[in-house]
Amino acid sequence: MVRDRSNPLDYTRKTWMRMSMGLTFLFLYFPIVSLIAFSFNNSKRNITWQGFTLRYYEKAFDNAQLHEAFLNSLIVAGISTTVSTILGTMLGLSLHRFRFPAQGPYEGMVHLPIVIPEICMAVAMVAFFATINMPLGLTTITVSHIAFSIPFVAVVIRARMAGFDRSLEEASYDLGANQWQTFWNVTFPYMKPGMIAGALLAFTLSLDDFVITFFTSGPGSTTFPIKIYSMVRFSVTPEVNAASTVLIVLTLALTVIALVIQSRSQAK
Amino acid sequence: MDSWRKNKLAFAVLALPPTAWLVLFFTVPLLIMWLYSFAERGPQGQIYLAVNFANYVRAIEWIHLGIIWKSIWIAAITTAITFAIGFPLAMGIAFAPARWKNILLLLVILPFWTNLLIRTYAWIAVLRTRGFLNFGLEWMHEKLSAFSALIGLPDVMGEFQALELLYNQKAVVIGLVYVYLPFLVLPIYATLEKLDKSYLEASLDLGAGHWRTLFSVTIPLALPGIISGCLLAFILSMGTFLTPALLGGTDSEMIGNLIARQFSSSRDWPFGSALSFLLLYMTFIILWVRASLAGRREEPI
Repeated sequence: MVRDRSNPLDYTRKTWMRMSMGLTFLFLYFPIVSLIAFSFNNSKRNITWQGFTLRYYEKAFDNAQLHEAFLNSLIVAGISTTVSTILGTMLGLSLHRFRFPAQGPYEGMVHLPIVIPEICMAVAMVAFFATINMPLGLTTITVSHIAFSIPFVAVVIRARMAGFDRSLEEASYDLGANQWQTFWNVTFPYMKPGMIAGALLAFTLSLDDFVITFFTSGPGSTTFPIKIYSMVRFSVTPEVNAASTVLIVLTLALTVIALVIQSRSQAK
Repeated sequence: MDSWRKNKLAFAVLALPPTAWLVLFFTVPLLIMWLYSFAERGPQGQIYLAVNFANYVRAIEWIHLGIIWKSIWIAAITTAITFAIGFPLAMGIAFAPARWKNILLLLVILPFWTNLLIRTYAWIAVLRTRGFLNFGLEWMHEKLSAFSALIGLPDVMGEFQALELLYNQKAVVIGLVYVYLPFLVLPIYATLEKLDKSYLEASLDLGAGHWRTLFSVTIPLALPGIISGCLLAFILSMGTFLTPALLGGTDSEMIGNLIARQFSSSRDWPFGSALSFLLLYMTFIILWVRASLAGRREEPI
């Protein structure tokens, strides 16, 4: 008997399935791809293709306000990533390692920033900073970014530590190392890829955040997404497209690095 | 896992700093907002702490209830459309050959990693009156008119009228579907992936068609993932702020925008806090439903 070559469950091979998937990917990619393509378009009206140019990139790079906003974004993301990676790692490690009273409610509380609507956190931060009389600026943005990044880092660390073999630590103790030496020489090296992935996640989250940043920023603390938002509200220009493309490329590069590190650490 | 008693020092050193940060800069702000939600607003927007439910009562007044209802409605339509698009996609990926799976998954996740604001802005360029979509339609209109003139038909098409695609509820729904599609596809894909394919083969062997197998076997087995993905898309769209702010018009203000307005132009923080907590409570209820459904089926999310 000749075996039917096509598996009846090969739904992906069906023409209608391929067409529907193709349309969905078109829907997912058309807006972004056209945005990137039209950042190279040599036309101010930005509708029809008039030829390739880099002048909107030059214009965006020469825009002092964009410069400042970009620098602000990097400062906020840099500090937020450093602090939230350290605190998030501590949180992830303590959740991985210890049983303690009221663990359920505690875990609910610390993971809350991931699940609550951004606008709720944003206005709560505004109310908080107003109550303690703290003027809004880069500091308030950074403090808020750290708060919402910690649980994300913790989740990554916990996932990484799930594969950790505790007998390695026991072996280290048996060989005479103390708790601190064991942590630095055994646990920490294993955890490192998770920390790098967590840090890159925190960096992208901070760089991308709009809603919370928008509410916790004050005069003189414009970040990149906020600058783009104010530009977008006026009109669609190739300059905005160029600035957006730079941000897209930057975050995508960071994401790819994070994914590669993660898949490598999983492969080990 | 060890009991915290076994190594109290290590537990304290690890758990205290992150807990302190989150309590101080997350829990306390929420508590302050919770207190504000019972407060009274002075004539210049001052806040007088009190204990009254006037803000909550105001939130369910007709005009505000309309906005809350609209948010629920927009979120429901968004979820339905996202499911209609996302389920076939999840299925296509789950049944794809192994070497394609990761590439397809990456293609779904990739837009999700680009800035939310930029993805939303990209839709302005597509949908505005002088946007790509209207431009494409105008081009087709031109060609069709030329063609009908060529074969001698009277000019029935008339002048091209650009469609008003932007700044309305439809644009908001399109933007939300676009942004939250990955959140729905991934949980559905995860359950379809784990599903024992021999059930589907058995159903086909026993004479059921593909559609019957889909509705009687595949969908019931993938239900935990479907529910989880749909509820996620629903709460995310309900609590959105940016999409209606950029793509919506005067008719598409959602609860997130109403909250934002209380903290900016209206300067009515107590009322905004009450609205914010209503949104939070709704989110919690849905998350709780999602978690308890997942728990009952012993299905990790």
